[in-house]
Amino acid sequence: MSASSSPAEATATRSITELKQIAAQVRRDIVRMVHAVNSGHPGGSLGCTDLLVALYFKFMKHTPEPFDMNGVGQDLFFLSNGHISPVFYSVLARSGYFPVSELATFRKLDSRLQGHPTTHEHLPGVRVASGSLGQGLSVAIGAAQAKKLNNDNRTVYVLMGDGELEEGQIWEAAMYAPHHKVDNLIAVVDRNGQQIDGPTEKVGGLGDLRAKFEAFGWQVIEADGNQFETLLPALEEAQSLLGQGKPVMLLMDTQMGFGVDYMMGSHKWHGVAPNDEQLEKALQQLEVEQNSDY
Amino acid sequence: MKDFPYTEKKDTRSGFGAGLHELGKTNANVVALCADLIGSLKMDAFVKDFPERFFQVGIAEANMMGLAAGLTIGGKIPFTGTFANFSTGRVYDQIRQSIAYSGKNVKICASHAGLTLGEDGATHQILEDVGMMKMLPGMTVINPCDYNQTKAATLAIADYEGPVYLRFGRPVVPNFTPADQKFEIGKALMLNEGTDVSIFATGHLVWKAILAGHLLAEKGINAEIINIHTIKPLDEEAVLQSVRKTRCVVTAEEHQMHGGLGDSIAQLLAREEPLPLEMVAVNDSFGESGTPDQLMEKYGLNEAAIVAAVEKVMSRRK
Repeated sequence: MSASSSPAEATATRSITELKQIAAQVRRDIVRMVHAVNSGHPGGSLGCTDLLVALYFKFMKHTPEPFDMNGVGQDLFFLSNGHISPVFYSVLARSGYFPVSELATFRKLDSRLQGHPTTHEHLPGVRVASGSLGQGLSVAIGAAQAKKLNNDNRTVYVLMGDGELEEGQIWEAAMYAPHHKVDNLIAVVDRNGQQIDGPTEKVGGLGDLRAKFEAFGWQVIEADGNQFETLLPALEEAQSLLGQGKPVMLLMDTQMGFGVDYMMGSHKWHGVAPNDEQLEKALQQLEVEQNSDY
Repeated sequence: MKDFPYTEKKDTRSGFGAGLHELGKTNANVVALCADLIGSLKMDAFVKDFPERFFQVGIAEANMMGLAAGLTIGGKIPFTGTFANFSTGRVYDQIRQSIAYSGKNVKICASHAGLTLGEDGATHQILEDVGMMKMLPGMTVINPCDYNQTKAATLAIADYEGPVYLRFGRPVVPNFTPADQKFEIGKALMLNEGTDVSIFATGHLVWKAILAGHLLAEKGINAEIINIHTIKPLDEEAVLQSVRKTRCVVTAEEHQMHGGLGDSIAQLLAREEPLPLEMVAVNDSFGESGTPDQLMEKYGLNEAAIVAAVEKVMSRRK
């Protein structure tokens, strides 16, 4: 199948082969977007591609068109680590929230695709601005509590970076959610072990995240976030843990830059764009389609 | 000079509490959050009668602002409650990104603003909050003057779509505005028509301006007194109409000179109608411990200071 022709809605029956095809397309979008403007954050975007593809193309019930900010009756996704906007924009476009051709405006003047996501330019699919780190977990918990008040039994997802956990607000929110029994929330940490200045354990010392979140009252599961064979069962397990009085935390091991060999596993590609030669090499590795529309 | 009779003194924060409780009954979408200051914010009645719509956040103001932003997604109208200090400076980036830039319909309700917080001292006496909030694009900034006006403002902001900063205080002050006076966001209120000077006051300084008006009348000075309860958006038309008549201006507020009401009016005058202006405000200083009255006198925020500013500005008038 062509990833851009029919993936508008999530379907529980979509196969791993199909998801891999979509993920390859999304990764091609990412490297093209950051190459085109010679800026942006490819590393984390490539690492989190499989998660966002799994959510938007398999797990989440969502309605791209018409976009409804309140999202009552829909599953909601919040991107707290807003710098990985390329993967978010690609997945939204490939899901049908806005035209794929608009990806070409990323980070350019008068674009709805700002460097970091915003509601300010009314881009469908974005429900809060993010970029200044540490705020998305609180917002997602608030949205989850609104769902409870509305008797809306859908789920709220939020993705954070691991370096982001150095922000104090995360731990305020981490304490709040179990205390208030926010059990319609699945939070995901992208544990790629890298941040701008180097490995997270060298820069910030995150330590034993499972023990920390369990001590805060979360149900914690772990998975390889770059293998659908392990990621999909982990998301199914996460869903099975909802509604039990506790929020759910998925600690997802990924490699920054996954899918492009020269970017993988290094913090050096956190916020650097590939040059022309590097782009061609990346696209070769990501199985370029002859008739790609972007 | 008109009289403004009143039968009781009440705190503006109680006006907020009463308004919030009424909203609980009349607007099912209104929810409230508090960072461990229910009693101080007078939110007790709402908490008691609408527990399912109240969220105790604990001492975690950054989280509270994010939660409030999230609650709007689903159609709720969140009112956050804590001291003005912790409602603004402590959480500026959360308000900036998750609320203002995201255009969320959050009502940031801030008590114990300014020097009149009193004995707790400068750590809690924020005098910069109006400046911070008014600089945020799209943020509405309201500073009502008494109990009735604060209650009316609380009701009014629930019907307005967009982020609002509502600032009120701790001490009891004369409750003189009519209980049935409708609150119109962005609409200045004429209190006393005059010809010699325009006094634009906000918050607790409105009553001080009325007291000053009486003192000035004894000196034969006929002051125009206007209550600017909404600092942003500023009622520019009302300000310009008044100053074109009086040709000189005094502003009065419980805030720093930098960034406050006086700063907004000075900017307007410089653009449209350059005229002499004096500001009654705190001049680049932190506060300190003391009773509210002692502090307002020491930092020059009372009727005597307004009278002195009027005499000075009238002497500068060409």
